[in-house]
Amino acid sequence: MIPLSWYLIFAAALFSIGLFGVLARKNAVAILLGVELMLNAVNVNLVAFWRYRAPNMIAGQAFAIMIFAVAAAEVAVGLSLFISIYRRRKTVVANEIDLMKW
Amino acid sequence: MTLLQFVFLVIAAVTLLSAALVVSSRNLVHAALWLIVSLFGVAVLYALLDAGFLAVVQVVVYIGAIAILFVLVVMLSPVAPKDNRSQVDARWWLPGVLSVLLFGGLVWMLSLWQGFTSEVPPVADANQLLVQLGSELVSPNAYVLPFELASVLLVAAMIGAIWVAWERK
Amino acid sequence: MTTETLIWLLPLPPLAAFALIVLFTNRSKALSHSIAVAAALLSWLGSMAVFIQAIGVEHLGEHPFHSVLEWLPVGDKPFEIGVLVDPLSAVTLFFVGWTVLMIFIYSVGYHNFGQPAGDHDHPGLPPHGATVHGHTVPSVEPMYSRFFAFIALFAFGMYTLVVSDNLLTLFVGWEIMGLCSYLLIGFWFAKPSARAAAIKAFMTTRVGDVFMLMGVAYLYAATGTLSFREIFFNEEVLKHLAETPALGGFLGFSAAGLIGVLLFIGTIGKSAQWPLHVWLPDAMEGPTPVSAMIHAATMVSAGVYMVIRMFPLLSAGWEEGGPLTPAMTAMAFIGALTALFAATIALAQNDIKRVLAYSTISQLGYMIAALGIGAYVAAAFHLVTHAFFKALLFLGSGSVIHGVEHGVLHTGNHKVDPQDMFNMGGLRKKMPVTFWTFLIGGFALSGFPFVTAGFWSKDEILADAFANNLPVFLVLALSALLTAFYTMRQITLTFLGEPRTKEAAHAQETPWTMTLPLVVLSVFAIGYGWVGIPEGLTGGAIPNWFHEFVAGTLPEHLPVLEFNILPMLFSIVIALTGLGCGYYVYRNVKAGDPDPLQKPLGMVYDWLKNKYYFDQLYDRIFIQPSIWVSEVFTTLWVDRGLIDGILHGVARISYSVGGILRNDFDLPVINQFIGDGSAKVVRSAGFELRKVQTGRIQQYMVAAVVFAVGALAFFLLR
Repeated sequence: MIPLSWYLIFAAALFSIGLFGVLARKNAVAILLGVELMLNAVNVNLVAFWRYRAPNMIAGQAFAIMIFAVAAAEVAVGLSLFISIYRRRKTVVANEIDLMKW
Repeated sequence: MTLLQFVFLVIAAVTLLSAALVVSSRNLVHAALWLIVSLFGVAVLYALLDAGFLAVVQVVVYIGAIAILFVLVVMLSPVAPKDNRSQVDARWWLPGVLSVLLFGGLVWMLSLWQGFTSEVPPVADANQLLVQLGSELVSPNAYVLPFELASVLLVAAMIGAIWVAWERK
Repeated sequence: MTTETLIWLLPLPPLAAFALIVLFTNRSKALSHSIAVAAALLSWLGSMAVFIQAIGVEHLGEHPFHSVLEWLPVGDKPFEIGVLVDPLSAVTLFFVGWTVLMIFIYSVGYHNFGQPAGDHDHPGLPPHGATVHGHTVPSVEPMYSRFFAFIALFAFGMYTLVVSDNLLTLFVGWEIMGLCSYLLIGFWFAKPSARAAAIKAFMTTRVGDVFMLMGVAYLYAATGTLSFREIFFNEEVLKHLAETPALGGFLGFSAAGLIGVLLFIGTIGKSAQWPLHVWLPDAMEGPTPVSAMIHAATMVSAGVYMVIRMFPLLSAGWEEGGPLTPAMTAMAFIGALTALFAATIALAQNDIKRVLAYSTISQLGYMIAALGIGAYVAAAFHLVTHAFFKALLFLGSGSVIHGVEHGVLHTGNHKVDPQDMFNMGGLRKKMPVTFWTFLIGGFALSGFPFVTAGFWSKDEILADAFANNLPVFLVLALSALLTAFYTMRQITLTFLGEPRTKEAAHAQETPWTMTLPLVVLSVFAIGYGWVGIPEGLTGGAIPNWFHEFVAGTLPEHLPVLEFNILPMLFSIVIALTGLGCGYYVYRNVKAGDPDPLQKPLGMVYDWLKNKYYFDQLYDRIFIQPSIWVSEVFTTLWVDRGLIDGILHGVARISYSVGGILRNDFDLPVINQFIGDGSAKVVRSAGFELRKVQTGRIQQYMVAAVVFAVGALAFFLLR
């Protein structure tokens, strides 16, 4: 059988890959792709912990579903923000969006 | 090595590989398509974890809606660059080192935990799980409030997205 | 739809009309009044449906229409609100439905709908007339829509009050009406007198309302419920309340007594009983439909309705024929006193609406006194008949004023007061419909025998008083005589004889929207009395339907009073004498004549004319002292002298201390060393540090992750 550790290591790896995408990619849309990977890693963790540690409490799955909803909202708002930013500044490269600079 | 372990390893490898391609492809359309593969792998893992419903939702919501939204935005709007310049920051080594460190740290920390290698406990009735999930999501004693909040969040996000992306003449 | 659902819906059309007019249709006069009248019509239809259902139910008192909802969770049990229609609310609903609808229709004509906008009219003043082809004609009210919004809200308050099954929602309706009466009395807010009257009405009723709220709170604390049926149909609760001494042993009252007195003070304010009666005559500053609304259909009736409603509590511990409870004693005393006192004032008033205002106070005193001596059904009966004929009289007086205003516009002499009865006379030929309906209303008010509704209800009160309490009977009989007298004085001065001014000669009948309500109401002013003819008179040929129906509201049925011909003869003689004297004294008053009563009564007349100087008295004992306290005591002595003196002293001391500190410590040490020095350090540090703020999101995140990994490492390597 598959031990819990496999899932956890897998999730940690997926999370780290996503994090790399978020930190290293230039394009804002690509950053959002990385965020999606990280959210998926979290979900895998939640479901794995639920299945291995508390199969009688449905909390793990319920929270995974909440994360689906949050992810959907985040993508919709994020992408529309990028479109809006592109209209004004003709770019979505994260390094060039520095309105908050000192 | 049992068959299940073999399946797991294959799926995990495919998922991680495509995730790596998501964060490294130069073409954003490709990255979005690799994301679909990666999400599909996660869906299979949900199925391995006896969470069949989540696997279906993963396919329907993540792949069917979110990933396709990415593909559409990348292909139909001008946000993605058309040339093939590197899509990764010039100083990519710092995020790389950080990610590896984080991965190592997480695994190390988890390995110190005694439950790290627990085996899967049996569930009485796998079909009952879905019924339980369904009733708890709408039960006032359980998750109805987060559930309703999530729906409010989705509506707000939808309105906000339309408002933000609206092209004002 | 069940009857209960219908009852829940009753108050809603006027509320919806209010919202619609305020939010959407206030620019369109026609749309606004259509909405308001339609809402009144809907509520009227509903009320009639409920009323018809109610009279079809056997023993409605024991099985009323009752429906309850949980409202607020307070403490360990939810607070419930509900609707209740028992016999008392059914008959109240009947007259409220009719009078409200009639008043709404009347308002359309009263505010000159369809006339051109005035030449110089502006919002907040009564319309002054417009010039069309060289003629001056009445002009439409500038704030027409606003008026309908307010009276719709007012109607909502009344319906809520009538159908509510507990004191709290009753109080909510009560206060909504208080607000609306303030808004409507001050409707022409650019007139200083209207502003003052609005404030006076609001403040005076507030005195009563505060006491009433205390009574409500005490009742809730004592019983844990405010529902009428849970309190009144529960022997134990009533007995418990009657036997427990009041909070702190207040004056030896029982709890029921104290609650009853507190609630009754609310009624004193609302129904303008002595000594809080002063606001009602001034409330005549509002437009006439408002006077009818406030003085007949709604607000003052609400006060009496509330005490009738609370009668089981007020009379807790009282037995038929036994000594009266404190609350009942207070009611009998104040009611009888008010009835007589207001009737005497009405004798010497010249303003047609003010006479009616005082007559209202007097008639309400009748009802309160009747309730005080335990004549429950008689009080309710008089409440209903009075609502009809007093609404009729007010609307009729509005019609008269309108007609005379027409004459004023015709002659252009604006010095003539169109409300002064001595400027009228002979209007019967000019305004026949108004005359006949006003005559019916006036005869009902004075209790003209056998035909009018007022006779039967007043007779029932007098009969009850005759049997139970002779002093009250004498006072009420005397005021009945005065009532007949001043009513006939009013009719004679207004309608009979010859016109005393050119304006009255040019008066004109008002449009159908104003006369139709008069005709409808006069039908009830006559006919409604016939449902309550004492059975003893007819030998049981006509059943006393009203008594049987309304007496069922109480858990124990009051016995029908044994018929006695004596008080009835008394009231016939009184009414006819009063009417006859009134006609005789005033039959040929010429233009410019003083009041014929002025000479024989002498100084008393001046007293009456000045309302026993109550306004001046209140001015002296309440208003002047409070102005003195604020202007002299607080402002000059306490504020300027004491507080300012202390402050000035403190200021001087601190000023000198401050000077020393400033020159010797602050400037050298704090400013130059600490202040400027630290600022320089912070400034240069900021210059260096701000480079971190690149505005690039990914650099921020790298930093965040560095710290996260660092924290992880710290816990792992520790």
